[in-house]
Amino acid sequence: MDHLVEVFLQLGLVVGVLGILGALAGRFGISAIPLYLLAGLAFGDGGIHDLEAIESFLDVGAEIGIVLLLFALGLEYTPRELLGTMRTSWLGAIVDLVLNATPGVVCALLLGWGPLAAVVFGGVTYISSSGIIAKVLSDLGWLGNRETPTVLSLLVAEDLVMAIYLPIVTTVLAGLAFAEAAWGLALALLAVGAAFFVAARGGSALSRFLSSPSDEILMLKVLGLILLVAGLAEQVHVSAAVGAFFVGIALSGDVSHHAERTLDPLKNLFAALFFVNFGLQTDPRHLPPVLLIAAALAVVTIATKFATGWWAARHSGSAFTGRLRAGLVLLPRGEFSIVIAGLGVSAGLDPQLGSLAAAYVLILAAVGPLAPRLAGPISAKRRKRLHPRGPKPPVAAEPAA
Amino acid sequence: MDVERTELPGIGVRFEFETKRGVHLGIVAHREGRRDFIMYDPDDPDSALECVVLDADESASVGELLGGARIVEKLNQLHHEIENLVSRQILVDATSPYAERPLGDTRARTRTGASIVAIVRDQGVETGPAPSAVLRVGDRLVTIGTEEAVDKVDRILRGIE
Repeated sequence: MDHLVEVFLQLGLVVGVLGILGALAGRFGISAIPLYLLAGLAFGDGGIHDLEAIESFLDVGAEIGIVLLLFALGLEYTPRELLGTMRTSWLGAIVDLVLNATPGVVCALLLGWGPLAAVVFGGVTYISSSGIIAKVLSDLGWLGNRETPTVLSLLVAEDLVMAIYLPIVTTVLAGLAFAEAAWGLALALLAVGAAFFVAARGGSALSRFLSSPSDEILMLKVLGLILLVAGLAEQVHVSAAVGAFFVGIALSGDVSHHAERTLDPLKNLFAALFFVNFGLQTDPRHLPPVLLIAAALAVVTIATKFATGWWAARHSGSAFTGRLRAGLVLLPRGEFSIVIAGLGVSAGLDPQLGSLAAAYVLILAAVGPLAPRLAGPISAKRRKRLHPRGPKPPVAAEPAA
Repeated sequence: MDVERTELPGIGVRFEFETKRGVHLGIVAHREGRRDFIMYDPDDPDSALECVVLDADESASVGELLGGARIVEKLNQLHHEIENLVSRQILVDATSPYAERPLGDTRARTRTGASIVAIVRDQGVETGPAPSAVLRVGDRLVTIGTEEAVDKVDRILRGIE
């Protein structure tokens, strides 16, 4: 078959299947990420259809996907929000980090993957999916609830932790000699500082250069900048994704909202390709042996995240129902767990790490968005138990039934 | 009325207030223009009982319905409060030479000293209309100024002056 014919057919097949899966996920109120991963597992080696013709395209597309995902993460919060949150909820951030990174670290050490993989896997279990959680909060009409600012500030803090964690991990993963690693790390931390400085000063020169009334021009300028910085970051072994993250932090004001809106469709496409590619590179035959471990890890980290949310909501003065909601809504892990695992796998860590991360996210990205729906029934049940008489006495209601 | 303001990082800002009759309400202003109108549970002030989602257009319309009437009320108060200053609604009828023409063409402020502070139409109230705002038949122009000046604006709009 003509090469171009094959490319179009395979790409069309993949993108079309993703569209249908996305619709299916929306129907059941779960995140589409686990379904994209499953699609990746289903295709490729040992799968239903080989995707050889678009392999190189998917590789590049997936890299662009990571870059755009992290750029969007950097855009999400303004520096004022980031620094303001750190002042008010640093204690919650520490509780979150300790409770949720520990299970991943311990699990990796128990499996004998070594300290490097342990640091990476701690990140996988630590970071909640701000994308899934923000959507759940908004879909369930929970934005007005008292505990919501607390939940959001935990997500902001995780974002800030990523700003320090990612450069450290990527320089260490690059396996450089100590002097080189220290140099890379210093450069990365300098970049964090520079990004905050640019953003805090309103980023006026940068914003003026980028801003444009035309969606098209803005998109091209911003995308060009992201890719250039990503390339330079890769050159100094800080990883392209981290570079894009800093560009996201540095942009602020109107330009950042405009960029978020115009780059969103691109991000959706390439991020979906990234999840598919991650699934493709994971051999489905490696999944069954890690499934049990993934399930156990999921149970443990559901408990630790729930405890984090419960504690933080209690700390900020919410009552039983608020604490319950905060605990349940924080459960989903998603895109960033996969990104972190992807960094580890491409740096040559144990390939089992990729399979376990995939299985783990498959479980939590599917269960996570459904869990908050339990909050209503649970607190109603509790209210009935505490006030058994309620508005209508059950004594009068029961004989009638 | 006391309005409590809370930042929702990544989403927008939340405003909360309590009415005189003790109903606890909230509004979440999303960055992209969406507004959530929230009524809190009287038994559990932590929880939203009802959450009405309005998109940018809907919330602008609701805002006009709530705020537009107040402007006219306020103007009427002003009328009573300040001597020699009157406010009146002047109708643009089909015979007006300025129907379907921009407000600026009337040069009402330059010629009379009176200000047209709002245009009242079926679709709502346009406050602080720009000179480029096009007048339609049936519009009522809320005009404020001295008795003579407002009369003069009325005559200009009817094409007498």
